[in-house]
Amino acid sequence: MVAENTAKNLSITLRVWRQDGPQAVGKFVDYQSKDLSPNMSFLEMLDVVNDDLTLKGEPPIAFAHDCREGICGTCSCTINGQPHGPGKGVATCQVYMRTFRDGDVITVEPFRAAAFPIVKDLITDRSAFDKIQQAGGFITARAGSAPEANALPVPKPDADLAMDAATCIGCGACVAACKNASAMLFVGAKVSHLGILPQGQAERDKRVVAMVDTMDALGFGNCTNQYECSAACPKLISHDFISRMNRDYLAATVRAAFKAVSLGGSGGS
Amino acid sequence: MAVTGLILIGFVIGHLVGNLQVFQHPDHLNGYAQFLHQLGPLLWVARIGLLVAVVIHIWAATVLTLENNRARGTPYGFKHTIQATLASRMMRVTGYVVLGFLLYHIAHFTMGAAQSSTFKENLPAYTMQHEYRVAGFPVVAAGAKVLDVHSMVILGFQSPVVALFYIIAVGLLSFHLLHGFDSLFQTLGLRSTRWAGGLRKVALWLCLAYFAGNLAIPGAVLLGKLSPRAVGISAAPAQR
Repeated sequence: MVAENTAKNLSITLRVWRQDGPQAVGKFVDYQSKDLSPNMSFLEMLDVVNDDLTLKGEPPIAFAHDCREGICGTCSCTINGQPHGPGKGVATCQVYMRTFRDGDVITVEPFRAAAFPIVKDLITDRSAFDKIQQAGGFITARAGSAPEANALPVPKPDADLAMDAATCIGCGACVAACKNASAMLFVGAKVSHLGILPQGQAERDKRVVAMVDTMDALGFGNCTNQYECSAACPKLISHDFISRMNRDYLAATVRAAFKAVSLGGSGGS
Repeated sequence: MAVTGLILIGFVIGHLVGNLQVFQHPDHLNGYAQFLHQLGPLLWVARIGLLVAVVIHIWAATVLTLENNRARGTPYGFKHTIQATLASRMMRVTGYVVLGFLLYHIAHFTMGAAQSSTFKENLPAYTMQHEYRVAGFPVVAAGAKVLDVHSMVILGFQSPVVALFYIIAVGLLSFHLLHGFDSLFQTLGLRSTRWAGGLRKVALWLCLAYFAGNLAIPGAVLLGKLSPRAVGISAAPAQR
């Protein structure tokens, strides 16, 4: 049973970015919302506001959401200028109304990046991340039954570090938080999570170069080492992975220049 | 940015160490200046190398900034910073001031376009009292007639406006280096949380020491602790 709530209900002014479609001109619109339970999640508050709008015959605020427990990376609101709102290591769905005070004006915007075009209101198209993944965020291995677990030893520190990187849910908060809309934290995490493990070694050089080049081609910005990304990340992924990716990219580029290549013709084909 | 930044950091530190000889006998700074001029073609190699580093540094900053602005697209309606340091957010502004300072500094002490009455070539020649050695090798002989850089520097800083401009500009350069020095390790992939705290401390102390060294020269002149050699040259050009 949930403990009885003693906190007072609150009223807020919601300043939301409304944009009808990708090409439409967007603007901020204010909505008053009264008598909200402080135990509501931020998304539940949006549900309540949308119920009111629907009853009034106005189009509801479009926002992306799915699991509502911080693991899917779908929700993507910038709340008072901070992707996923106040609080460390949380997604928008894990922000509660008790974080705010009665009478607050809360500004809600989509994640802003040219590479994440707005679909409608607060929903952005983050398929640019899929394109980066398709460029190298995989290993080439036989699919099917799981291999014997002890066949490939992985040192515990490596497994832990790889897992830190693998906690990335691909939400795009790093891009949204970055002053330059750079995707370096996302790509750093994806490059590292495979690059640290033995399974990822065969394609390590190819992966880092392909993913970084795709990131650049998609129009993400550059890293100026301000670390807003890791501060906004709902999984608190460290910007150490950016440094690691820079090192990997540099080494891969140098190695590629000196790598011997087969002349072909031998081995009987 | 990182590689050219590293080259330029190396230069500004070396330049400061050389200039601190102003606190020694005039033989030192004047001998040092004469030694640099004696390098001839090598001096030009260094000058052109530095110019190339500055140009690439500015070019890269411009290209990256334009790309970054394009990557954001529509700016946020509500601006917020979580943890980016002030130094990191001021890089462009401090960079502009440093560029302006650099141009003035070259016009002032290298070309003599500013404060030309006390420019080294317009001051009486200085006669070396002792030989000047670099790494134990004598490079400028005693009795040689050389340019009086020592007096030029001190006379230049006797103008409070010029001295204050130098102090402010070098203060902002130190602030620029605070982010730059830390940042270059990240860009080159040599930074991690395990030693990021130590690196930050090194960057902070380096920048403070750099600023203190640079503050010392105009500061000492303004406080009257450093005086030009008494050969009838005056700080006020109008009285000459």
